[in-house]
Amino acid sequence: MTTLLAILLIGIIGLTFGALLGYASIRFKVEGDPLAEQLDALLPQTQCGQCGYPGCKPYAEAVANGEAINKCAPGGEDTIKKIADIMGVEVQPLDENHDADNTPKIAFIIEEDCIGCTKCIQACPVDAIIGATKQMHTVIIDECTGCDLCVAPCPVDCIEMRPITMTTKNWQWDLDSIPVVQVD
Amino acid sequence: MESVIERIEQGHFWKYHGGIHPPEMKFLTTDKPIRPLAIPKELVLPIQQHIGNAGELLVKVGDNVVKGQPLTASSSMMAVPVHAPTSGTITAIEQSIIAHPSGLNDLCIKITPDGEDKWRKRYITPNYQSLTKVEILDKIINAGISGMGGAGFPTHVKVNTNAQINYLIINASECEPYITADDLLIREHCSAIVDGIKILDQLLEPAFILIGIEDNKPEAIKTLQKETQDIEKIKVCVLPTKYPTGGEKQLIMALTGTEVPTGVIPNSLGIVMQNIATCFAIADAVIHDTPLIKRVITVSGQSLEKPQNVWALLGTPVEFLLSQCGYPEQVKKHIIMGGPMMGFSLPNTKVPVIKTTNCILAPSEAEIPNQVKEVECIRCGQCAEVCPSQLLPQDLQWSAKAQDHQQLNKLNLFDCIECGACAYVCPSHIPLVHYYRIAKAEIRQQNLLDIQAEKAKQRFEARKARLERDKIAREEKHKKSAAARQARMNAGTVQGNQEKSAVAAALARVKAKKSQNNTDNKLNDNDVQPQEEQQTDKKSQVAAAIARAKAKKVAAQKVKETQITADTKQVTVSQEQLPEKPANKAEDKKSKIAAAVAKAKAKKAASSADAKSSAQSSDDIKQSSDDKQTKITAAVAKAKTKKQLKSTQLQHELTPDENNKNDAKEINKTQDVTDKKARIAAAVAKAKAKKKQAESK
Repeated sequence: MTTLLAILLIGIIGLTFGALLGYASIRFKVEGDPLAEQLDALLPQTQCGQCGYPGCKPYAEAVANGEAINKCAPGGEDTIKKIADIMGVEVQPLDENHDADNTPKIAFIIEEDCIGCTKCIQACPVDAIIGATKQMHTVIIDECTGCDLCVAPCPVDCIEMRPITMTTKNWQWDLDSIPVVQVD
Repeated sequence: MESVIERIEQGHFWKYHGGIHPPEMKFLTTDKPIRPLAIPKELVLPIQQHIGNAGELLVKVGDNVVKGQPLTASSSMMAVPVHAPTSGTITAIEQSIIAHPSGLNDLCIKITPDGEDKWRKRYITPNYQSLTKVEILDKIINAGISGMGGAGFPTHVKVNTNAQINYLIINASECEPYITADDLLIREHCSAIVDGIKILDQLLEPAFILIGIEDNKPEAIKTLQKETQDIEKIKVCVLPTKYPTGGEKQLIMALTGTEVPTGVIPNSLGIVMQNIATCFAIADAVIHDTPLIKRVITVSGQSLEKPQNVWALLGTPVEFLLSQCGYPEQVKKHIIMGGPMMGFSLPNTKVPVIKTTNCILAPSEAEIPNQVKEVECIRCGQCAEVCPSQLLPQDLQWSAKAQDHQQLNKLNLFDCIECGACAYVCPSHIPLVHYYRIAKAEIRQQNLLDIQAEKAKQRFEARKARLERDKIAREEKHKKSAAARQARMNAGTVQGNQEKSAVAAALARVKAKKSQNNTDNKLNDNDVQPQEEQQTDKKSQVAAAIARAKAKKVAAQKVKETQITADTKQVTVSQEQLPEKPANKAEDKKSKIAAAVAKAKAKKAASSADAKSSAQSSDDIKQSSDDKQTKITAAVAKAKTKKQLKSTQLQHELTPDENNKNDAKEINKTQDVTDKKARIAAAVAKAKAKKKQAESK
């Protein structure tokens, strides 16, 4: 009798909690993958596809599902470190297949060579190239992420990646400061 | 507010946290008058000399400019124009080294003076009291005035406020060691400065005007007090000397006891602060219509023979200033622009002076050694004691070295005014401000990158959505047009059937070709399966035959139709001809035309039939059929003309002869003509038939 009662009781408790959990999973359903969102926020959003995924978000989702964390070349070591922090894994060096040089660059179209084929416009993941068929194209500098994707499709090789020029606005203090010392 | 003024009148002020007392070193230049300098050989004017945006260029290389002529125009709120400091020729507009710690290049206008120093036309306004606020603001903008204390914030932005201003604070504290430019300016041009203050008073209408000045400038204080004694509003506040009293937040605290919170501009607290040199520039601009083209610069330091304050034209190279003040030729130059606390070492002496340059320092090795080795922090905490912003410099330093941006923000790094007091007292010679500057630049850069990344993400997503949308739209369109075609074909109309048969024929052709290819291939691969080959051959033949039959049918139908229409036309014509005599001639013509049309149609049908038949049958058959067809058409044409002739003759026979002989003659004539015509037509038709025959042969 006691055993039966115990089984019954445990059963009832189980059902109650089951119902509760079931309700909660519907009521507090989380849209999307919060982990992937967090990782996406860390990535540089160049949308370059060097990781093998079509954009930063797909790679973030892949990392959330166990993909290697060291495939983001533009992000470099810093990004790998941050991803490792979130994912709770060891920091790895950048994948050897990738170019380790991640100095910021932007695309530049040598305009006198451009034949107006629009191939680079189709390749640009952020619509940073303007132009029309048989019209000269040009890069909107402020929108270019330096992803390199427009260089390969150009049939006349008139696109090159140029490092961003240093101006007083983006200059980093790296000179010797003025030493200040007590004057006797 | 009353209590503040009472305290000030009693000579009591507030104390701000920290501060230091470095050796003032002002004695080097304080007893010498401001010396006007000669015009250098070349002036280099960076188009941006202030915080904000550069103006738009108004001049080009080769232009002759006169003194005071604007070289750039203010195109936006934060842009301030620059003016030609003297008359001369513009020799270049190019990238050149500017007064910036980075030693980077920026766009500069280079002027070679002609030595005449010829002014542009000026309009002097002695009674500035009659000017409206807008007019005064316009004059300030057009004179290119930006804050002359060091930061270089555009003055017109600062004084254009709708807020209720309680205190206009004039900053004359000049707390940095060595610098005496403001001190000398007050002593020599006090009345102009007071005019400038009055103009600001007119603009801002503050309750009180406080002039903050440190007690290490007794002569300047005396002069100011004398000049302002009859103005109730103006209070000359003599503050104890302490570095950095001249900082905006520190001076506000010292004078009013109000602490300016992080991220709040003093305007919203009812306080506006202007540098005393800016007041002088405002008076010059509003009253004398003189733009900002020169300023007082302290050229000091113990390595100079004649340290002195000078009136220097903007754009004067530093090396010219130094040579005028007796700088000995030496290999290793260490020149500082700005004061020893907040200034920066110049990368070379070709750098021009700009609107914010208040001091050029050429210290001897004993005054400021070039290299001091940094050692470990001993956590003495002196830096925190002297920090005027009440920050924790030591903690900031650790975080800056670790590049922990989050922690730096938590420690309010951006409240640091970079006064250098912490570095000054540091017993370990840690260049603290240097680390903060690096960290600040990094954080700013990171924020910029974050914004860019966010923008790139949005653009990427938008592009993806657009491509998806386009794809769906394209598919929809294809589906729609396919459905429309299907409907048309299934509607059962003649056109639809034709389309259907055309499609079927095309399919059949393709199949035939394929099978032929197959058979050919098979033939090439030795005759392995002759039976199957035959079968496929047969099949293709059948399909081709069907296609042919269908095409023929269509052609035949066409021919039939045309013939029918022609026949009916003829019939009607001949019927009509009978009763109507006067219309005879016309009808004759009509019938001929109809006959010609019928011929043409018949020919066309025949030729199309020919083309089709030629695709299927041998050349002989084609020829014969061709012959036949042409013969038939010729015969038909002949028959038709005969018929018509007969009918007309019949008509004439039927017409009574009693009418008129002339009439009869005429009729005869016309008959002859029509006869001839008919014959000609017949001949032409025959010739054509012959020609065709020849061709086909």
